Amino acid sequence: MLTLENISVNYGAIEALNGITMHVEQGEVVTLIGANGAGKTTTLRTITGLLSPRAGRVLYEDEEISGLPTHKLVARGISMSPEGRGVFANLTVRENLQMGAYLKKNKREIAEDMERAYTMFPRLKERQSQKAGTLSGGEQQMLAMGRALMSRPRLLLLDEPSLGLAPLVVHTIFQAIEDIRSKGTTILLVEQNANAALRHSNRAYVLETGQIVMEGASQDLAADPRIKEAYLGE
Amino acid sequence: MPTFVKRLLFAVLVIAALFALNAMLSTQGLFGFGLDDYYGRLLTFIGINVILAVSLNLINGFTGQFSIGHAGFMAIGAYASAYMTVYHAPGWELALAGMVGADAAHVLIFVLAIFIGGLATALAGLVVGIPSLRLRGDYLAIVTLGFAEIIRIVILNIDKVGGATGLTVPGYTNFVWVGVFAVITIVIVHNIVRSDIGRALVSIREDELAAEAMGINTTRYKVLSFVISSAFAGIAGVLFAHYNKFLSTADFTFLRSFEIIIMIVLGGMGSITGAILGAAVITILPEALRQLPTVGLFGQEFNFADLRLVIYAALLIVIMLTRPQGVLGTREFGMNWLRRAQKRPEGDEAVGADTGVSIAERDTTPTADPVEEVKNK
Amino acid sequence: MDTFVQQLINGLTIGSIYALIALGYTMVYGILRLINFAHGDIYMVGAFAGFFIAHGLGFAAEPSLVGFAITLLGSMLVAALIGMAIERFAYRPVRKYARMTTLITAIGVSLLLENLGVVIFGGAPRSFPQLLQNQNYTLFGNAAISKSQILIFSVSIALMLLLQWIIYRTKVGTAMRAVSFNLNSAKLMGINTNLIIAFTFALGSALAAAGGVLTAQYNPQIYPLMGIITGLKAFVAAVLGGIGNIPGAVLGGLLIGAAETFVVGYGQSVGIPSTYRDAVAFSILILVLLFRPAGLLGSTVQEKV
Repeated sequence: MLTLENISVNYGAIEALNGITMHVEQGEVVTLIGANGAGKTTTLRTITGLLSPRAGRVLYEDEEISGLPTHKLVARGISMSPEGRGVFANLTVRENLQMGAYLKKNKREIAEDMERAYTMFPRLKERQSQKAGTLSGGEQQMLAMGRALMSRPRLLLLDEPSLGLAPLVVHTIFQAIEDIRSKGTTILLVEQNANAALRHSNRAYVLETGQIVMEGASQDLAADPRIKEAYLGE
Repeated sequence: MPTFVKRLLFAVLVIAALFALNAMLSTQGLFGFGLDDYYGRLLTFIGINVILAVSLNLINGFTGQFSIGHAGFMAIGAYASAYMTVYHAPGWELALAGMVGADAAHVLIFVLAIFIGGLATALAGLVVGIPSLRLRGDYLAIVTLGFAEIIRIVILNIDKVGGATGLTVPGYTNFVWVGVFAVITIVIVHNIVRSDIGRALVSIREDELAAEAMGINTTRYKVLSFVISSAFAGIAGVLFAHYNKFLSTADFTFLRSFEIIIMIVLGGMGSITGAILGAAVITILPEALRQLPTVGLFGQEFNFADLRLVIYAALLIVIMLTRPQGVLGTREFGMNWLRRAQKRPEGDEAVGADTGVSIAERDTTPTADPVEEVKNK
Repeated sequence: MDTFVQQLINGLTIGSIYALIALGYTMVYGILRLINFAHGDIYMVGAFAGFFIAHGLGFAAEPSLVGFAITLLGSMLVAALIGMAIERFAYRPVRKYARMTTLITAIGVSLLLENLGVVIFGGAPRSFPQLLQNQNYTLFGNAAISKSQILIFSVSIALMLLLQWIIYRTKVGTAMRAVSFNLNSAKLMGINTNLIIAFTFALGSALAAAGGVLTAQYNPQIYPLMGIITGLKAFVAAVLGGIGNIPGAVLGGLLIGAAETFVVGYGQSVGIPSTYRDAVAFSILILVLLFRPAGLLGSTVQEKV
C-alpha cells in the first residue's frame, strides 16, 4: 500500500534520512522504532508531505505521491496523529474532531464518526466543549487519534502516541490501536517505546541515524538479542 | 614592518587622499585638475550615507535585529549639534579663536558639535534600546519606527530648533570631515565585527536562544550594538546638518530610514563592503535616473527620478524574492578576500536564514508574546 | 458633559475605523506571524476604489443608500483581490525564508502601493463624493452625531458581527483558527492552508477597504499616503488589544480612537498642542510593549524551545 524507495531528506545541510526503503501492506501494523533523533518523525512527515525528500520516491497505492501537498494526501486516505499530539489548543474537543472531518461532506457520517470517537475514548465525550489545551497529555493523545480517524483514513500514521504518558494511559492507547487495526485500517506506528510497539505490530523496521539497520517480523525482532539490548532494556 | 607603523602609514595615506580629493573638489582643483561642486556634493552625500549604512548594518545585518528608525537617531544628532552651533558656537568660537587662532577654533568647535551629537544620540540609543531590544523582531521594527516618529514629532514641536519652518545652520562640514568619519565608522565596525563581540553578535543573529543558552548576555550585546550604531547615525546627522546648512524634520522621515535599509539590503546585510556599495549606488541612483529621458505615463510626463521611490520599492521586493542576501551576502571585498579560504565557508546565506525548518513548521506561540520569555532575569 | 459625549462619539467613530483595519492586522498576524506593513495601504486602496466606483457608476452625481452599498461592496471586493494577490506573489514565495525577509518584503509592498498611488493619482487629495445626504442629529446640549458617524458605527458593527460569525460559527472560520494555531496539524486535517491564508487576507483587506470608504464619507479628502499613519495607529490598536486576538483588535481600535480624541480635545487646556495627536498612538504602543506586551486581551505564553 505504501512504499518508500530510497528516500533521503535533509534539514538544511543536515542529512536526516539517508536512503530509506520500506513498505507497508494493506491491513498490516508496521512499526518504526529507533532512538531519539533517528529520523522516525522525519519519515512520517515526508510521507505526509510536510517535508519534501531530496531524493527517492514515496508510493501510495501504486501512485507516486512525493511532493504532493498534504491536504491532497489526506483526501486520498492518509491521516496522521502527529508528534506532540498537535491538537488545536484554542479549539474545543468537538471542534478538533470536526476539523478532522474537514474533507467530509456527509453530515450523518461525520456525526457517526464523532460518536465512534466518543465510544472509543469516553473521556473525550465528557470534555467535548472544553478547549483542547486544557486536556491532559493522555486525553490530548486520544483526541489526536480520534481526530485522525475522522477522515476515515485507509492508512493511519501514529507518531509516538505513548510519549510522555503514564503506563495505564499507554495501555488504553494501544488497545485503541488494536481496535483500529481490527476494523481494517492500515497502521504505520512510530514509537520510542519499542516494547509496546513490537508487541502490537506485525512487522518492524529499526531506524538509526537516518538509515534502516534492521527489519523483519516484530516477533523476531523482539527476540533478537541486539534489539533486546539496545531498545528493550534487557 | 611592525603593525602599528603599517596602520599609521595607512591612516596618513587615507587622510592625504581625502585632502587631495577635497582639493580637487574645490574651485581651483588640484594642480588644475578639478571636479566641480556637483561631484563634491555627491561624494559628500555618499560619505554620509556610508556612515549611515555601515552603522545600520551593525545592528540589522550583524546582530540580526530589525531597526527601522535610523533616521530618528540621525535627527537627534543633527538637532542636538545644531542647537549648539546655532546658539552657542558663535560666542565660543570667537573666544577660542583668541587663544588658538580662527582655523583651529573652527575645527575644535565642530569636533565639539560632533561629540555632542554623537553623545546625545548614544544616550537616546540607550533609552530606546534597553526596553525595546527585549522584543522580538517584528515588534522591534514597529517600536523603532514609533520612536523615530515620536522623536520627529517632538522636534517638530520645539520652536527653538525651528519647529515647522526649519532651522538654518552654519556650515562646518566639508568632504574631508565626511571622509574621515566614514573611514572611522568603517574601521570601528570592522574591528567590532572581527572581535569577540562581533562573534557574539553574529551568534545572536543566527540563533538567539542558543546564544543565550551558551551564556551570552544577549540583551547587553544587542543594546551595545544598538547604541554604537545609533551614535554613528547621530554623527552622520551632525555632518549632514552642517553641510546642508538647513534642517527640517522632513529630512528625517521614515523614507530616510527606508533609504538606508534599501542600501544595506541591496549590498547585503551581513557585509560592510556591501553596505558601502549599497550606499554609493542608492546615492547615485537618483542622479543617474535624472539623466534618463522622461517617460510618459498615465497622461503625465515623468522623470525617472520622480519614480525613484516606486523603483526602490519594486527593487526591494524583487531582491527579497530573488536574492535576499543582497549583492555581497556576507562576503567582504578587499584584503579579506585573499584570506577567504580560512574564513567561514558560508558566504551566501540570507541573514538569519533558518537551517531547513521552514517558518510554517515552527510551532511557536499561539497568541504571540512579543517579549521573549528567555528574559526571565 | 456634552463636550465629553461629543468627544466620545468622535473618538469612537475614528476608533471604529481603526478597529476595522486592526482586525486585518491581527488576523494576518495570527495566521502567519507576519506584520503586514502593506495593510494600511489597503485602506487607502479601498478609499480610491470606492472613489472610482462611485464616479464610474454614477453614484457621485446621485447620492443614494443603494449607491453607497454598491460602492462599499465593490471596494471591499477590489481590496480583497488585491490583498490576495499581494499574499500570493509577494509574501508566499518568501514565507520559507527568515522572518526579516518577509518583513522587508512587506515594507517594500507598502512603499510600492503608496508611491504607485502617488505616481498614478498624484499626491494631491481628491474629494470623495458624498453618497448620503449628511445631517446632524442633536443628542443633547451641544453634543451632536452626524449621519455619517451613525453610518460608520452601524456598518462597522455589522461587519464585525459578520466576521465574528464567520470565524466562530463556520467551517472556514474554524479552519482559520486551526491554521493560526498549528499550520502543520491543519494541513493534516486536509485543510488547504494556502487557500485559508488567502481567504484571511481577503477578509482583512475587505474590512480595511470598508474602513476606507466609511472614513471618506466622514472626511472626504483621500490621498495616496493616507494609509500610513492610520495604518500604523491601527496596528498599535491590534497590539494594544493583543495581537492575534480578534475581539482585542476591536477593543484596541476603540480605545486608541477615544484616547487620541480626548488627548487632543482636552489636551489644549493642559498645554499639549494638537500636533501631538499622532504621538498618542505611538506612546501607547511603547507603553504597551514595555508593560504588557501581550496586550489587554492577549495571553502570555511561553516560547517553546
